[in-house]
Amino acid sequence: MAETAVYDRKANIDSSSFRFQPEDKRLILAHLSFAFGALLIGTIAGLLQTLQRAGWITLPPQIGYYQLLTAHGVLLALVFTTFFIVGYFYSGLARTLGGELNPRARVLGWIGFYMMSVGVIIATALILVNEATVLYTFYAPMEASPWFYVGAALLVVGSWFSAFAVFSSYLRWRREHKGESSPLFAFMAVATMILWLHATLGVAVEVVFQLIPWSFGWVDRINVSLSRTLFWYFGHALVYFWLLPAYVYWYVNIPKIVGGKIFSNSLPRLTFLLFILFSIPVGFHHQLNEPGITSFWKFLQVILTMMVVVPSLLTAFSILATFELAGRAKGAKGLFGWIKKLPWKDARFFSPVMAMLIFVPAGAGGIILASYQLNQTVHNTWFVTGHFHMTLASTVVLTFFGIAIWLIPSLTGRKLTRNMNRLGIVQAILWGVGMIFLSGTMHIVGLMGAPRRSAYATYGNHEVAMAWLPYYDIIAIGAVFLFVGSLIELYIFLHLMFVAPKTNEPVQYPIGDMAETAKEPPRILERWSVWIGLSLTLSIIAYTIPFISLFEHAPPGSLPIRTW
Amino acid sequence: MPRYEKIWMIFGFASLILFLAILGIMAAFMGLNPPDSLRTTVAPEKVETAPPFDQPGVYQIGPKEYRVVMLSYVFGYNPGTITIPQGSTVHFEATSRDVIHGVYVPGTNINLMLIPGHITEFTQTFNKPGEYLYLCHEYCGVGHHLMQGRIIVEPSTT
Repeated sequence: MAETAVYDRKANIDSSSFRFQPEDKRLILAHLSFAFGALLIGTIAGLLQTLQRAGWITLPPQIGYYQLLTAHGVLLALVFTTFFIVGYFYSGLARTLGGELNPRARVLGWIGFYMMSVGVIIATALILVNEATVLYTFYAPMEASPWFYVGAALLVVGSWFSAFAVFSSYLRWRREHKGESSPLFAFMAVATMILWLHATLGVAVEVVFQLIPWSFGWVDRINVSLSRTLFWYFGHALVYFWLLPAYVYWYVNIPKIVGGKIFSNSLPRLTFLLFILFSIPVGFHHQLNEPGITSFWKFLQVILTMMVVVPSLLTAFSILATFELAGRAKGAKGLFGWIKKLPWKDARFFSPVMAMLIFVPAGAGGIILASYQLNQTVHNTWFVTGHFHMTLASTVVLTFFGIAIWLIPSLTGRKLTRNMNRLGIVQAILWGVGMIFLSGTMHIVGLMGAPRRSAYATYGNHEVAMAWLPYYDIIAIGAVFLFVGSLIELYIFLHLMFVAPKTNEPVQYPIGDMAETAKEPPRILERWSVWIGLSLTLSIIAYTIPFISLFEHAPPGSLPIRTW
Repeated sequence: MPRYEKIWMIFGFASLILFLAILGIMAAFMGLNPPDSLRTTVAPEKVETAPPFDQPGVYQIGPKEYRVVMLSYVFGYNPGTITIPQGSTVHFEATSRDVIHGVYVPGTNINLMLIPGHITEFTQTFNKPGEYLYLCHEYCGVGHHLMQGRIIVEPSTT
């Protein structure tokens, strides 16, 4: 029975009987543990702020709503994601590039880990002592402690070392396998990290050349619009940096779990390359309602934003095709019989499928937000928060939970027990229900005008604002569901780390096999210089004139201000 | 490429072009663009020493046509109440004296970012009478959620 495969001893032995090297285990587990630590603090902050905004609780005077909001955003959106992604990538590289990371990649990996960790600890400490209540977008001229920006810089530059570790493993493999196309997992990890390097250039310039000198007092004034534009050069690509690792799992690992094959070796690669091209020259769709940028350039970037429809639809097609082919290969009959043949009782499959279902309305909401004029009705309302709690906090995070449940046992040499698997499914259901309450309601009340990022307020009991309040209660109920979901996830993590029974059999690391009919991918797909060149070219086209204009039409600049 | 995939991609591209065409027609021929002014001000902390923000307020510039010069600051707006007759067209010019703020009027298309040093311009006609709430929708500090104002659109008697 396919449904029971996850705890079947025989099925747990992969054909390659792959085991991690101890050095790789330590590196990957360090990243995953850090990620789950961030999840714990971030999720507590999330619960408290939602309850405060609904008027259910009053925070003690030592803790501010906006302080919790900053901690929630930084620890979940920036820290949990980055550490998890890097750890997952290292695991897949070790698995598909000859069984281990090369020594140089390990050194680079540890440098990256320590730089990022130190940066995060500095930044988190400053948030907790209320010296950096500037939210995770830290817009100038609101000024945090300069050391908060130093922490942010360490996180970003540290992640570059993680990217170099990925490139190092990949390049070693390429040298040893001249003329071959690389394994799909490695290709996708490299593509994601190229996207990341290009995108983070924007925020690195903002932090290192604007925020740090200004907050230390080395320069008096800051060009606020320029800093926002640099931030959003990075800010939208950031969401694809979160999403692409989830796509990796859907494309590469899940086919094995459903008992199918990866039916094309080229299409998934093309998808990732399109993301490298169309993730970055699109930041203006976050700045549509502000002065200093002319409508022509905003509209051009709206067009480029919408181009992601193409790789998204390619992905939807590929994943569903893989599921259907797998179901039919197991003897499914009729138009939809294959759905019944899928491993619904396997948490490794169930969590990401929940993620995919939520991604459908999430994507539609994204198109609304990017739609130039329509954005005026929802910009900076709770609709936006609802949107990225469906994309990031559901689609991406549920996929990551689906990865963690087998990746951790495969690293610790413990068994993914029947009970943990069942708990994983319960967790995903709780998360899905919680998100319908939370994100669904945020969309509705956002359309009614409720602003995002605001503490409890009734706006002088204005009737418009009073109509929002019942919805806040529903959102708070959703947050309670999600908080319980997070605690269950942390329990699963700790159990698989320290408690689950040890096993001598290697625990399966699922990697899908290519279908026999899949053709060798065209060479051009792996000629990175071409794609990097195109990506830079598109960004230069979309940004050069607006950047010049930001200097030409620059006001005198702003002095630092602390307003919390 | 398999046949179904081709159909799927044609559907995708066609909807993409349709969506963009609708947005483009509204922008190019109906004048529906978000605020995009390139006007700037003196240094933000001195913005009240120079026109137009030395005299924020509501100015009638024609029959049922008004100019609103609005200054935002932590944590309020000047003017905090705007009273106009039904059917008025209002041209907003707004900026911030300190950090980034927003002006958002639920139920209308007024959704503006106010960046210190820059002037945000937007025009809106108010056809329905009533008391409209406006509020700050960009986090600006500890009193962000208290930052608000009112637009009172008085019913026309004619």
